[in-house]
Amino acid sequence: MAGEKRLHVVTGKGGTGKSTVAAALALGLAAQGRTVLLCEVEGRQGIAQLFDVPPLPYEERQVAATDDGAVYALAIDAEEALLEYLAMFYRLGRAGKALDRFGVIDFATTIAPGVRDVLLTGKVYEAVRRRDEAGAYTYDAVVLDAPPTGRITRFLNVNEEVAGLAKVGPVRRQADSIMTMMRSQRTAVHLVTLLEEMPVQETMDAINDLNAATLGVGHVIVNQVLPSPLDDAAAERVASGALTPAAVAKSLARVEDELGPSAAEGLLLEGHAHVARQRLQSHQRAVLTEAGAPVVELPHLEDGVDLGGLYDLGGRLVEGGVR
Amino acid sequence: MSRSRTRSRQVGGSTTADAATVLDVDAIIDDPTIEIVVCCGAGGVGKTTTSAALALRAAERGRKVCVLTIDPARRLAQSLGLTALDNVPRPVAGAGADGGSLDAMMLDMKRTFDEVVVAHASPEKAAQILGNPFYVALSSSFAGTQEYMAMEKLGQLHAEAVADGADGRRWDLIVVDTPPSRSALDFLDAPERLSSLLDGRLIRLLLAPARGPARLFSAGFGMITSALNKVLGAQVLTDVQTFVAAFDTLFGGFRQRAEATFALLQDQGTAFLVIASPEPDAMREASYFVERLSQDAMPLAGLVVNRMTVPAFALDGDDAHGAARRLRGRTRPTADDLVVASLLEVHARAERVAERERRVVKGFAAAHPRVRRVELASLATDVHDLDGLAEVGERLAAASSRV
Ligand SMILES: Nc1ncnc2c1ncn2[C@@H]1O[C@H](COP(=O)(O)OP(=O)(O)OP(=O)(O)O)[C@@H](O)[C@H]1O
Ligand SMILES: Nc1ncnc2c1ncn2[C@@H]1O[C@H](COP(=O)(O)OP(=O)(O)OP(=O)(O)O)[C@@H](O)[C@H]1O
Ligand SMILES: [Mg+2]
Ligand SMILES: [Mg+2]
Repeated sequence: MAGEKRLHVVTGKGGTGKSTVAAALALGLAAQGRTVLLCEVEGRQGIAQLFDVPPLPYEERQVAATDDGAVYALAIDAEEALLEYLAMFYRLGRAGKALDRFGVIDFATTIAPGVRDVLLTGKVYEAVRRRDEAGAYTYDAVVLDAPPTGRITRFLNVNEEVAGLAKVGPVRRQADSIMTMMRSQRTAVHLVTLLEEMPVQETMDAINDLNAATLGVGHVIVNQVLPSPLDDAAAERVASGALTPAAVAKSLARVEDELGPSAAEGLLLEGHAHVARQRLQSHQRAVLTEAGAPVVELPHLEDGVDLGGLYDLGGRLVEGGVR
Repeated sequence: MSRSRTRSRQVGGSTTADAATVLDVDAIIDDPTIEIVVCCGAGGVGKTTTSAALALRAAERGRKVCVLTIDPARRLAQSLGLTALDNVPRPVAGAGADGGSLDAMMLDMKRTFDEVVVAHASPEKAAQILGNPFYVALSSSFAGTQEYMAMEKLGQLHAEAVADGADGRRWDLIVVDTPPSRSALDFLDAPERLSSLLDGRLIRLLLAPARGPARLFSAGFGMITSALNKVLGAQVLTDVQTFVAAFDTLFGGFRQRAEATFALLQDQGTAFLVIASPEPDAMREASYFVERLSQDAMPLAGLVVNRMTVPAFALDGDDAHGAARRLRGRTRPTADDLVVASLLEVHARAERVAERERRVVKGFAAAHPRVRRVELASLATDVHDLDGLAEVGERLAAASSRV
């Protein structure tokens, strides 16, 4: 399907909702009839938690099915990926075991700079390109619950460094192909943010870094937006003090006769705080639009994130153009 | 309803139990035997804000304070005068009273690492290390380096605090913020992680050929280096070997200082504050952290539950909804009626959220009945200047004394 992304990378400041959004997007795409692979790379078993299934092994497992689509999930483990990689490139059966004994795998994957990211991105690449016997892609799309904004550019760009180190050979060829995929029109990096100063700042910084590395920015996804029952005019009446405590008390008295004047004051106090928060959010919203990327907003789910909620968010994402 | 009744509703409605379990922040920052306050917690809960607010408050109450912040929001950093990134504490203009003062700094982890190398290695060895690509990656991006360097810096500041100053000590209180890791435990685990990397078996193996006869090693070793060479590229392995050889003499010092700082954290002069937001994830983290502190014999002062939702008056959420509906349903509602109906909905939501938050805090309290706790209401806006910090400090203290 032309124009639709094959790889969706979901990043954002820690705790803004990357895992939630990635899962929601996978479901949203599956609801459109697509077969989707949802990957996580941070070793946290976030997907298993969201879908309420036992911890995922290093193996693709179906976690949801829609009428015509499905979501498979994979927790990519760098150590397993390393053994797979060695087997693939060097047929290192025996040495692979010896490596394990010496703690080399641990060393190489957690310590040697970048190796971990090379392995993780390598596995994603493999999944994106995989085809069945008939030659069709195994997955219509891959959604990656990626590292946070602070590390995302380095993560996606790591194969550029590898290409710099390895001048020839299979490692170099793989690194080049991965970079081509990362930069492709069919890969999009989405940034999840809240309407707060720090996450917005991190989003803007990340967009700059991604642009500088010629990695394609997809959507800015504003998550956990609280709808306000006050329209602009009402907010202004509260903020300006045009709505007096006496007037509030008068309205209240029409429907609740047991509330005293302190209720009117309390209500206004809460109103002021609410409007101040809303305005701060509008300000951050305005900052975000300067990035030039399309924005989708997702509501805060008051009762927490459950499967129904994820489908709801997923539908909004797809409708908002994330697909 | 009288003012005092509105207030007692706030307290009664919250889970703040009794004086014995209330965390009194002023008692901590006023205690001259407390020399270090560490603010820990999950990502985004308010560690940086709380540490800056407490440091400012302590300075206003006469202590000579240094606050070590980590990745503060830009505007907050500016308001603390943290514009020059030189990795040393600078006085914060306009902060401090009664002989108290506030110095602030923002951790630059790479620079801290570099400075340690320069301070402890011969010039030519230092140059060799600083230019090594493996070192560059390790000092700027290894997960855990920031935590490790925060500890290293704390050790340095503490040594400086005692040594410096014409009229006695340069600082008598150091307030430490911790890095924005997803888990509060990372702060305590990272030094061990980095140590075991630099001290590990593999590093020793890699190092050995440079020193002794290669025949000491199993035939397997050649296979391993060759596999590593293939995966990492020969250059990378050579870089690591060069780095390790150069770093070897420094390593003992690193480990010693990390151990000394760890001991400092266990000292009775240290107070750990665990910060959490009233959400299940953050509270679970807080719980883990509290348990870990006790395992490591580190002195826990208590829990700050930050950004609590506190309705300003008593009206049940359902009742508020009902009232809003009735206002809207009037035959000819006035413009004011409609705005008030919306405000009632804002209130109803606050009541629902507050109720949920209280349940979450109660869960923690049930599991840790002896952990002292203070609850801090959400401010309407972000905290990004000294006035805002003073307000946070004020509210923290007021919340402690309300019981
Ligand atoms: N739209 C939403 N409505 C309500 N709660 C949400 C929403 N999005 C996320 N959350 C909640 O916010 C918290 C953080 O979300 P999530 O774990 O997805 O973030 P993350 O960015 O993946 O975090 P981390 O950086 O720790 O991996 C979770 O408790 C999640 O349930
Ligand atoms: N009591 C409060 N009321 C309102 N806003 C608050 C409060 N405490 C903190 N904040 C805001 O919450 C945001 C996060 O706070 P802060 O940066 O202190 O958290 P942190 O724990 O240091 O985060 P990180 O883990 O990213 O370092 C900031 O925008 C801050 O202004
Ligand atoms: Mg996550
Ligand atoms: Mg912080």
